[in-house]
Amino acid sequence: MVKGRMLQGARAMAEMVALCRPKVISAYPITPQTLIVEELSQIVADGDLEAEFINVEGEHSAASVCLGACAAGARVFTCSSSQGILLMSEVIFNISGMRLPVVMICVNRSVSAPLNIWNDQQDSMILRDSGWIQLYAENNQETCDLLLQAYRIAEDHRVMLPVMVCADGYVLPHAYEIVDLPDQEKADAFLPFYEPIYKLDVENPSTMGAYADPEKYMETRYMIQETLKKSIPIVEEVARDFSNTFARPSYGLFENYHVDDSSTVVVALGSMAGTIKDAIDELRTEGEKVGLLRMICYRPFPKEALYEALRNAVNIVVIEKDISLGASGAVATDMRAIFQGRDASPRISGFVIGLGGRDVTIDDIKLAIKKAQQQFEDADFIGLKEELELEGIDA
Amino acid sequence: MTSTKTPVTLEESNIESFLRMDRMPHIWCAGCGIGTAVGCFARAVERAGLDPDKVSLISGIGCAGRAAGYVKLDSFHTTHGRALPFATGLKLGNPELNVVVFSGDGDLLAIGGNHLIHSARRNIDLTVICINNFNYGMTGGQMGPTTPIDARTTTTPYGNVEYPFNAPYLLAASGATYVSRWTVMHPRELERSIAEALVKPGFSFVEVLSPCPALYGRLNKESKGLDTMHTYLKRSVIRNGADPKDAEIGLNGPILVGKYVDIERPTLWDCCKQVFDRVKEKKSK
Ligand code: SF4
Repeated sequence: MVKGRMLQGARAMAEMVALCRPKVISAYPITPQTLIVEELSQIVADGDLEAEFINVEGEHSAASVCLGACAAGARVFTCSSSQGILLMSEVIFNISGMRLPVVMICVNRSVSAPLNIWNDQQDSMILRDSGWIQLYAENNQETCDLLLQAYRIAEDHRVMLPVMVCADGYVLPHAYEIVDLPDQEKADAFLPFYEPIYKLDVENPSTMGAYADPEKYMETRYMIQETLKKSIPIVEEVARDFSNTFARPSYGLFENYHVDDSSTVVVALGSMAGTIKDAIDELRTEGEKVGLLRMICYRPFPKEALYEALRNAVNIVVIEKDISLGASGAVATDMRAIFQGRDASPRISGFVIGLGGRDVTIDDIKLAIKKAQQQFEDADFIGLKEELELEGIDA
Repeated sequence: MTSTKTPVTLEESNIESFLRMDRMPHIWCAGCGIGTAVGCFARAVERAGLDPDKVSLISGIGCAGRAAGYVKLDSFHTTHGRALPFATGLKLGNPELNVVVFSGDGDLLAIGGNHLIHSARRNIDLTVICINNFNYGMTGGQMGPTTPIDARTTTTPYGNVEYPFNAPYLLAASGATYVSRWTVMHPRELERSIAEALVKPGFSFVEVLSPCPALYGRLNKESKGLDTMHTYLKRSVIRNGADPKDAEIGLNGPILVGKYVDIERPTLWDCCKQVFDRVKEKKSK
């Protein structure tokens, strides 16, 4: 029998957040994040979580409230999507710059204009350079598991950086799934109380976020970069500990789905991995050697581990729900960089799919794989409407 | 004071020509008040004698924000909270236009709150129609900046504890030259008030109380739009010229409606022109 309860994703995530015992929760409504925050406000109002919940006047404020509370030494939580993430972005950089272990969920949604409330991963991708650790979940169980791990990683004194858990909008928070959540005792054992190294404290006055002239600024960035590199084994260590404690796999940096014996490997993030696995299963029954490397930890980017996992592949097929407009998909660009100056040099094709909530089907995935096996593709859009294929602009 | 035409009756008024019927049916819930407010706005444009080709409707995000997509006017659906800065740019870029911001209380008073007070302070010549339904409708009924104390929302399941804005008071203090409040139960008065606001130079603000039966109403014992309309009828007290300080809205008790502010103050453009002229004169000497 499967362990757990049938829960809506948003409810499961909210319960998991509560199990992490944040002291301050601040958010602003935006679709499709709202359900999580509503559930949390109910949990707080019912007295089931001792926390301050404040529904502020915009995401910029929500992130700032979390920044302030975290600077005071509290464990905090926030959650947003799309334009909300963009509005937070000023503060997002402040949080990592101040080395404060804020944890948030980005419920992934496309970015305006035109206005679209459906899922893709453009919002969190824009913040890949912000110094936050980014973990992408495939399903609701994993979102919850990663949340618990996120606080452990963020608050680890060797890290002290914020973590963003990314969950595809609608596909996850609005869907019902059996989710197994730990009891409070087990959660507490895995995630002890937050012990800040530094905080704003009248007994011990300090200044945060102060002016750093050209003599100092660059070192702050160097330190974040070095810490992020060193946090790769810590992400793995926490995942291992999670798997041992809760007797459920947690993959750490990425999930390896038939990668080792495959000449063609798809690389993707998030919930569409389910569809990709179905496509791969079908192709494998036909004798094709195809696998999936599902990236969980996108920042820090685990270059060495990825190189080792993919060095024997002939074709790497990056399928992603974002695009660095004017260049290529963000993940494809990063993947290509890994193989620069190394022995292995697989062909790395990039495909952009499912923008603004367009359906991603098994056939779409198979098409991408087939195209990549035939020739190099830079940033090929899969699933465009035929009537939009203009002459000379080949889709 | 205002150049109003002879009143148009409901039958004579051709709202359909004002709406993008190809976009119907609209997304608003049964019993929602936003449609009535759009109707009043359409008739007000006619009543004020404005050329629809010179009227532009700007909205932010939320249920009210959808109006921008339904009117046959130049319109723009901005991101959350940004209707006013967009409208400011539009008005400065083309001062000929009659720029109207049609949006909700969450958009205008929370995420766009800073823009609201500063636009009023500058007295830029815009008309703001603020649909107030006491919560964030589109995202599922969360507590917002106008939610009355003790009211239930999806984020205040046992009642709101945050003190809400009294919009007319805030706008009067910020420097708006025209401030009124009506409910969609007062379509005639609302229409007349919007028409006045449209021709009034300077920053005009019309608050429109509007039922949200799907969310706020359901959680506060008014599950039908009609229930809220009855409440408006029962609780509204028309008092033109009242002190906006007294316009607070509680969960119960009277709701003051009427015109609070109608003053003359040079608009941003007037002030700019004065300086330009002064400098020009100095240079020519
Ligand atoms: S949610 Fe409320 S405000 Fe929005 S359309 Fe429905 S009734 Fe109107």
